[in-house]
Amino acid sequence: MIELDAEAVYRSLAARLREEVIGRDVRLVGVHTGGVWLAQRLKEDLHVAHEVGILDISFYRDDFSRSGLNPSVKPSSIAFDVEGADIVLVDDVLYTGRTVRAAMNELFDYGRPARIDLAVLIDRGGRELPVQPTAVGRRIEVPEEISVVLSRDDDGRLHLTLEQRRDI
Amino acid sequence: MRLVIRHGRLIDPASDHDAVADLYIADGRIAAVGGAPAGFAAEREIDARGLVVAPGLVDLCARMREPGAEGALKREMRAALAGGVTGVVCPPDTDPPLDEPGLVRMLRQRSREAAGARLYPLGALTAALKGEVLAEIETLAEAGCVAFMQTRALPHDNGVLLQILRYAKTFDLPVWLRPVEDTLAGDGVAGAGAVAGRLGLPAVTALAETVALHTIFEMQRETGARVHLCRLSSAAGIELVRRARREGLRVTADVGVHHVHLTDVDIGYFDPDFRLDPPLRTQRDRDAIAAGLADGTIDAICSDHAPVGEDDKLLPFGEAAPGATALETLLPLVLKWGEAAKLPLAAVLARVTSAPARILDEPTGRLAVGAKADVVVFDPQAHWTVTRNELVSRGGNTPYSGYELVGRSMLTLVGGDVRFDRKSGSESNFR
Amino acid sequence: MTSESGRNPQLNRNGELHHLLSLEGLPRAIIERVLATADGFINVAEREVKSVPLLRGRSVFNLFFEHSTRTRTTFEIAARRLSADVFNLDITRSSTAKGESLLDTINNLTAMQADMFVVRHAASGAPHLIARHVAPHVHVINAGDGRHAHPTQGLLDMYTIRHYKRDFANLTVAIVGDILHSRVARSDIHALTTLGVPEVRAVGPLTLLPDGLEQMGVRVFTRLDEGIRGADVIIMLRLQNERMRGALLPSAQEYFRNYGLTPERLRLAKPDAIVMHPGPMNRGVEIDSRVADGAQSVILPQVTFGIAVRMAVLSIAASSQRMQ
Repeated sequence: MIELDAEAVYRSLAARLREEVIGRDVRLVGVHTGGVWLAQRLKEDLHVAHEVGILDISFYRDDFSRSGLNPSVKPSSIAFDVEGADIVLVDDVLYTGRTVRAAMNELFDYGRPARIDLAVLIDRGGRELPVQPTAVGRRIEVPEEISVVLSRDDDGRLHLTLEQRRDI
Repeated sequence: MRLVIRHGRLIDPASDHDAVADLYIADGRIAAVGGAPAGFAAEREIDARGLVVAPGLVDLCARMREPGAEGALKREMRAALAGGVTGVVCPPDTDPPLDEPGLVRMLRQRSREAAGARLYPLGALTAALKGEVLAEIETLAEAGCVAFMQTRALPHDNGVLLQILRYAKTFDLPVWLRPVEDTLAGDGVAGAGAVAGRLGLPAVTALAETVALHTIFEMQRETGARVHLCRLSSAAGIELVRRARREGLRVTADVGVHHVHLTDVDIGYFDPDFRLDPPLRTQRDRDAIAAGLADGTIDAICSDHAPVGEDDKLLPFGEAAPGATALETLLPLVLKWGEAAKLPLAAVLARVTSAPARILDEPTGRLAVGAKADVVVFDPQAHWTVTRNELVSRGGNTPYSGYELVGRSMLTLVGGDVRFDRKSGSESNFR
Repeated sequence: MTSESGRNPQLNRNGELHHLLSLEGLPRAIIERVLATADGFINVAEREVKSVPLLRGRSVFNLFFEHSTRTRTTFEIAARRLSADVFNLDITRSSTAKGESLLDTINNLTAMQADMFVVRHAASGAPHLIARHVAPHVHVINAGDGRHAHPTQGLLDMYTIRHYKRDFANLTVAIVGDILHSRVARSDIHALTTLGVPEVRAVGPLTLLPDGLEQMGVRVFTRLDEGIRGADVIIMLRLQNERMRGALLPSAQEYFRNYGLTPERLRLAKPDAIVMHPGPMNRGVEIDSRVADGAQSVILPQVTFGIAVRMAVLSIAASSQRMQ
């Protein structure tokens, strides 16, 4: 049983990302929902000036024909100009890489960024696409039937849990 | 041919007979009921155990589609026999309309050749049924028309209607009318009410029927003409007819069998099989029809048989051809009504035998000694599902598609001649 | 009566929206899902690339048996913004009368790999007929049938109300005009009652009110002043040219005198009431220009919302599994 202290893993991620973005005027974009929480924390801790962008990738997923549309779509919202921007995409768990692929496609529909880096709390391996993170909180290995879920309590503290997947 | 039908439950509404009895037929007529006539030697014996033996049904409205569709009459006559109908009144809304003696004679000839049910043609009241100019109804009567009808609505011009009634009265010719005031009916395709409102279908107000009835009755008071009212549909209309009869006006009335059972709610999601003319109305109207049949305000039930090709129903509701194929569902639907109304079988069958015969003023619809042997032997317990394959008629358009009905003719005789025998599959030759 | 006619023809066995034919009988959850999904699409129009790849590879056929540039254009824009391939077929009555039956047309188009039909027809019930006869994977979206329904307009009207009023639970909504001939009115009524709006009113002369409004949950008014008193939302319906003279109404002028929404009359509604109109407007007939262009009018935003709502409808329908 892997012990995951989400706050500790977050501190590792923040430290690593801080090194990566020294001297850069980055804009953080979080992928709903976990990525958005992380992006908001990172904005505070890394003193990023700009508002955090929010992406809901429901319209860009590659499994629409199989699984249909997400029953609860939320609006994406990016207040800054993506054209020529230095972007750090933030997500909670990196797995197959498909979510990141969808998020990048969506970002490109807003404009052409100068650069995109990827910051993730957990990298669980199992890549199906050539995607690599720039900053990772922690690398772990979990069996396919387990999912890694980030949650946030009322006090804003982050928690990581391992759950049996119901859709297998 | 001499034949005897034994052991059947013999019901003759005209004489109020309802008991197991044998029926003896000779030379195309009823020879005896109950005991054999002296020296009677049957050439054929039919065992009707568990079945009902009744006068063949007399249908006050069934469209044979000729003139119009080549070969249609033969097929629809087979459908009539399969439905236990031995007398068919066909309305003049043929193509061309039945307003010429030559057409009438041809139709009667074709009917004789078809050797199906007896045909009672209705002639057009006006030339080309346009409602403008009188047709030669006296000459048409001579050619064989039993009455005269305006098929969709009253003539537009009240003056024309008045003259029609006067002229018909001159020769004592019966006038059959659809009590519909055309300008009030408008482009309606569904009965006025909450359903039509919700579905956004142009509606036919009940006023179209009541205003027409008021007009007819006023003119009857003036002319003394005899009028048969075709296809009543509204509670208000039925009440007007009730009062007119009480007053002593020479009025008879019929209702289509579907309106006895169905209402506008049954249209569901725009099912064109429920597009009928007159349109289906509300529950209240259906209840009034039941009451009207019970107290005799409405004399008879007819099928209003209107077979149409599949393409003509595969259209949006308002554009679909109105009507249903009904010769073969008439009997079970009448039995269904009778059971729900808890009426004795003789009273139920009267609505489709003795009562129509009385309206036609024809010696039919009864099992009296000396009468022509037009007989139906039916199984009141036969369960069957209404599917395209089970129907003989060219039209498969029925609200009862896929539905199970109870009651079916097993044997139909016209003039003592067995023209339909379900067991021998004789109807399959004419599919 | 038969089992087929009883089942809601819009939903598949899993209760998913497969066709959109009418707002009547549509579960509240589905209506709310459309509105929430439309939120997601509003922002797409503000981006550089105004489309998402959701319906890429799908073919959407606009079958307009009744002419309408506005509605057809918004559906076309919506489908293109979903990256679908769009084909427009303007089928006038004369060309169908010439030969091909309605269903033959549908069969031919399905053979050309059509995934969705957006249908507008002058006869009530036409989309239902089409939906009964398409292959199980094909979706039918009703863009207006006769007087019966205009479900996407109803949904966009709900979206508009939600945008300005947030909560449906305490609203008084008045629909004014030719309700008898209006498919928009019927769709609005069904949506409003499903979403729990406590007071839905219909306002018009007796000649323009259909039977059965009370059964649909509507309070009927024949006087505009009483009908819009205290209303939060006023939906003005377009008066069609054919109705303006004749037995239903004597003239456009008399109609405007009695039912036209003027600034004076608007004051009878709540101070923050919004004025809606499905368009196109007849200025000076059903609505005074000062109201149409005034602060309380939300008629222009309705157009933007219309595209997002139609994108939501097309995506949700396209994502349902096959109709069994």
